Amino acid sequence: MDAMATERLETLLREAFPNAAELAVEDRTGGGDHFQVVVADARFGGLSLVDQHRLVYDALSEPLADGTIHELRIKTKGTA
Amino acid sequence: MSELSDKIKDVVEQAPVTLFMKGTPQFIMCGNSDRALRALQQAGAPVTAVDILPDPAIRQELTGLYGWPTIPQVFVKGELIGGADIVEELAASGELEQKLEKALGPDYRAAAEERTVSVV
Repeated sequence: MDAMATERLETLLREAFPNAAELAVEDRTGGGDHFQVVVADARFGGLSLVDQHRLVYDALSEPLADGTIHELRIKTKGTA
Repeated sequence: MSELSDKIKDVVEQAPVTLFMKGTPQFIMCGNSDRALRALQQAGAPVTAVDILPDPAIRQELTGLYGWPTIPQVFVKGELIGGADIVEELAASGELEQKLEKALGPDYRAAAEERTVSVV
């Protein structure tokens, strides 16, 4: 069950960032609802952190809305 | 526009620094709200805190207004700065202090009185 949520987030992020240089989803507590995601993508270049995080939120809008994600930590990196 | 969304906008536009959080600075109900508050306090920001827990409508209106799905949310002079991760990142790099200085003037720490306001 918990691994499924992590996999679902990773699939959604891969769809949104098919060319990501780095992409990771970590279930921080093992409970399947507190996540840390790391995305490094050329798309972030030149965007403010707010807009970078918005792209991640957009990709994860479904699990954010349906309550799968109780807490989300985001680390984004632009790549040259 | 509802009365609640007008009140939210009033706070965001008028307060130098607004933090929408779960709980209050005296009684924090969420780890991320705590992280954002600490980062702001360390930068000497004059924080106006708004507790979103008294009414679920606050969070709904807030998300509708600014398109940010999670709590906490930090604004400086009406501009969305981000959530806990961004505020911590900006604080660590020194950019948060630069941003505050630019938006509020070099003496912003002198006005750093923390207050809590209610929108419901």
